[in-house]
Amino acid sequence: MESLTTTTEVTRRTAMKTAAGLGLSLMLPGLGVKAAAKRGSERQKSLIVLWMNGGPSQLETWDPHPGTKIGGLTKSITTKLSGLKIADMYPQVAEQIHHLSVVRSLMSKEGDHERGSYMVKTGFRPDPTLIHPSLGAIATFEKPDPTIEIPMHISLAAGQRAGRGGYLGDAFDAFKIFDPGRNIQNLRPRAGKKRQDFRLKSLEVVSKTFRKRRRIQSESTLHQLTIERALRMMTSKQLKAFEIENEPKALRVSYGSDRFGRGCLVARRLIEEGVRAVEVTLNGWDTHANNHVGHIEQARKLDPAFATLIKDLVTRDLLDSTVVMCIGEFGRTPTINGLDGRDHWPTGFPCVIGGGGLKSGLVIGSTDPTGRKKRPNDPIEIKDLYATVLHALGVEYDKEQITPIGRPMAYSYGAPIERLIS
Amino acid sequence: MNTKTVAIPGVVVVAVIAVVSWAARSPITSPETQTHLASVLQDVEGTAGRIDRHFERIWRDDELTPADLADELLVLRRLSLALHGTIPSLEEIRAFEADKQPDRLQRWTDRMMDDTRFSDYFAERLARGFVGVEDGAFIIFRRDRFVEWLAEQLNDNAPYDQIVREMISGTGLWTGTPSTNFVTAAMANDELDKNKLAGRSVRVFLGQRIDCAQCHDHPFDDWTQADFAGLAAHFGNVELSALGVEDRSSRLFRLEGKWQKQLDACVVTEELRRQFNEVVAKNQQIRKNDKIEVAENGKSWAIVSERKAPQRKDNEEGDEEDEQVESEFKGRPRFVIRKEDGNFNVYEYKREFKAEFRFDDPDTGEPRVKSKVHGPTVPFHPEWVPKEGNRRERLAGWITHPKNQRFERAIANRVWGFMFGRPYIYPVDDLPTPADGATDLLDILGRDFREHGYDLRRLIRVVAASKPFRLASAHDSEDAAEVERLNQQWGVFPLLRLRPEQLIGSMFQASSIKTIDQNSHLLFRTIKYFNTGDFVREYGDLGESELDDRAGTIPQALLRMNGDLPNDMAKASPMSAPGRIAGMSSTPEHCLESCYLVCLSRRPVQDETNYFLPHLRGKNGDSFSTTVGDIFWTLFNSPEFSWNH
Repeated sequence: MESLTTTTEVTRRTAMKTAAGLGLSLMLPGLGVKAAAKRGSERQKSLIVLWMNGGPSQLETWDPHPGTKIGGLTKSITTKLSGLKIADMYPQVAEQIHHLSVVRSLMSKEGDHERGSYMVKTGFRPDPTLIHPSLGAIATFEKPDPTIEIPMHISLAAGQRAGRGGYLGDAFDAFKIFDPGRNIQNLRPRAGKKRQDFRLKSLEVVSKTFRKRRRIQSESTLHQLTIERALRMMTSKQLKAFEIENEPKALRVSYGSDRFGRGCLVARRLIEEGVRAVEVTLNGWDTHANNHVGHIEQARKLDPAFATLIKDLVTRDLLDSTVVMCIGEFGRTPTINGLDGRDHWPTGFPCVIGGGGLKSGLVIGSTDPTGRKKRPNDPIEIKDLYATVLHALGVEYDKEQITPIGRPMAYSYGAPIERLIS
Repeated sequence: MNTKTVAIPGVVVVAVIAVVSWAARSPITSPETQTHLASVLQDVEGTAGRIDRHFERIWRDDELTPADLADELLVLRRLSLALHGTIPSLEEIRAFEADKQPDRLQRWTDRMMDDTRFSDYFAERLARGFVGVEDGAFIIFRRDRFVEWLAEQLNDNAPYDQIVREMISGTGLWTGTPSTNFVTAAMANDELDKNKLAGRSVRVFLGQRIDCAQCHDHPFDDWTQADFAGLAAHFGNVELSALGVEDRSSRLFRLEGKWQKQLDACVVTEELRRQFNEVVAKNQQIRKNDKIEVAENGKSWAIVSERKAPQRKDNEEGDEEDEQVESEFKGRPRFVIRKEDGNFNVYEYKREFKAEFRFDDPDTGEPRVKSKVHGPTVPFHPEWVPKEGNRRERLAGWITHPKNQRFERAIANRVWGFMFGRPYIYPVDDLPTPADGATDLLDILGRDFREHGYDLRRLIRVVAASKPFRLASAHDSEDAAEVERLNQQWGVFPLLRLRPEQLIGSMFQASSIKTIDQNSHLLFRTIKYFNTGDFVREYGDLGESELDDRAGTIPQALLRMNGDLPNDMAKASPMSAPGRIAGMSSTPEHCLESCYLVCLSRRPVQDETNYFLPHLRGKNGDSFSTTVGDIFWTLFNSPEFSWNH
């Protein structure tokens, strides 16, 4: 590794300039108090998104209408938040949901999975001329932390549509971990120390040949710099945040041992360590057939993991500094189709949101119990939801960036939902 | 996601499918007409020479000394990456080095284009611009069929203007007539997005970004919302049915030319009513109280019925839009009458194309949206629109008109971008309006392309023969500003990150000594196919914006260093190149040279030989193989491997 830092001063200066533009930090870690030791307002805010991939049914989650024609077989249960009833498949979440708020009237404009995911992950409709950054990428770009050596934007149990850096740059793409708590992808060297040392020393020799008469050009590739950073990541103590073996067994059981449950536990550990944005994906919501049965299956994973996550964040005094949001790309039709399924429904679908200083205990919006009205009462646009989240994270949501194509673009053209930010 | 667990049982099943599809494809076309080739090459040199003089003038004026010519093996590597998506195999390198005839690079360019690896790979890259990368609505959009079709066109060397016309105006099923997937790719939320089609057509075929004119007039160009609407209206008659993509004209009938006065007077006369009611269906007849409203003065009108009191029904469509879309008519429009070529054509309002115009209210400053019917129009040179054909055919004719320089310039810029990794003008689809008189590179390339029957292979041949493509990426200058100017003016070959599929393709190629192509073992190709997909996803697909200049990222470095696949590829096993090189090399020198040729398409320099040989000498068996594997790992992770240079 020694030999990899033999770049000249000039190289480093140029590289640092370029690196700054890419959100890489060359500052040494370990300065100041570690995020892990901070609490409450001392902590920089973080974000956890539980991404319900495929589009969960509002009627089988946070907005049931039992006893109606559209309600299906789902019953509702009361929660610790007086007046709020949710689907009976979520007894554990019912005990915790008062720490958060529920929005039941989200409005998207996209009813395809790809387009819907894009819209709900970025707050914008797909645009052929540029890619918008996801919420996590914006937070990471705006709130860097030089003490963190591991990636600041992470997608756990990553699906196909993990958050992108978009016009902010590939460096802000979510770092994808497919099997959280078990396999920290690509973060461990594949050869023993002696061989790894030989490989790295050899790499310096070969790189030197390439740099000859290409010094300036090859600096701009950041190849060297990214390898150095990658190596620092591979040897960082903070990698421990990806491991869950030392968590109490009861807690691990409580989260659930499936990928999503482990992902939620890793998410909490990462946030505690100081990672800015974590997304945990739960697949399997696209219930065009057998919707009710499908949602019972899903709830077996979501209910314990989500409830335990909230409880855990509260216990560790991390909820005030962590915005938590549980959301999918759209809801599902009030009418039940011939296969006992529900189809895509991008108007009037819910999310659970809170933490990070947002108001808790609110229920915003309502949908038509007859299912005839497309438009919910008190509709909330995705862009407003995102202005709210960015505001809670301490990001100027209407800040404009000049995109690579020269077109200025604000993070969000919405406005924060006043009721949620109080 | 885990390759091993998914792929191994899956390989067998998929191999069967793959056998069928591969077997059904045409075999490699053999290089034809060797005698003809010589004259073609000479001719290419003429145009390449014009390009060289163009750049030499620029370099002279800017007082820049361009880089030296690159080593020919390195140029072969560039060609292979651009045309096949991989580095050359050791087998190919040996054959190239054995070729002692002059012009070998030009002949090899042709040889590479005669290989189906070229048509397959180039089709995929072109398809990114034409239909994007998403798989979209599977039932009516078959990207795989589209790419195959495009590969066939490239294989047959079909003229580019013809390919484009088929995409814009093709009819039939997305499976049987795959060119129609260009249209069905624009399905969004169960509707065909005509605006998306218009935007994409102009961007990809004419190299102009007019998408923003969908909502507002272009801030710094001449595009207006009406221009955009006029282009989108060309797709206004497209319908999807069980027969696939079709055009059903919305025109009901034609009125003779005497009606202008009555229309201008906005009175529905008895005579007009009679004319209509003879033609239209019973339930469409014009009623007593129907009126005429002007849509565009002297050009278009609508026959409207009285609007019933607006009844707000919550479950009706239109309600979901938060912005209020106003109608341009007071009454309820039923027919549109448009003056075209001296006649008056009558269209059914319901099926006519409507555009939403956004503007700020002149009094209050509030944003408003108005829906307006819009006929097919073109923003410039309407005389290029063919008189015959349906709307899409006429648009296709206008776009591909020989005088439409934008058409040739756009593809010239794109192909230049594929060859270098960076388009001549960035972004690839936002070119300045062709200037009168002035000649830039795209004019030279475009003209040659047109004059040779829109021959894509010729365009590639010309670019490959030009001096900028042959220059080294190394230069003696230590002055950052000068290097930057050299870079801008193509006086050095630009360093560009390999695209993910090029990187993985190169690792696969390097892990085999023989060329991996159609003749390779099927299982190997199948494994490659699957692993490529996984790797590309993890490395980060660049999507449509693949020609953006990007630096590497940390996750990519981690994947290259520690990922399953790169490590499998670098492992010395009896079948892999590291294993075979380790086993077969007579001397450590020979072994090291083979490693370098396989991975970097060059021989080690003295410093490298001095460094590596002591690590190889005196070792044998497994410990020798392990070291060879480590050398492969090193070469895979070097900037030289993952950057085009």
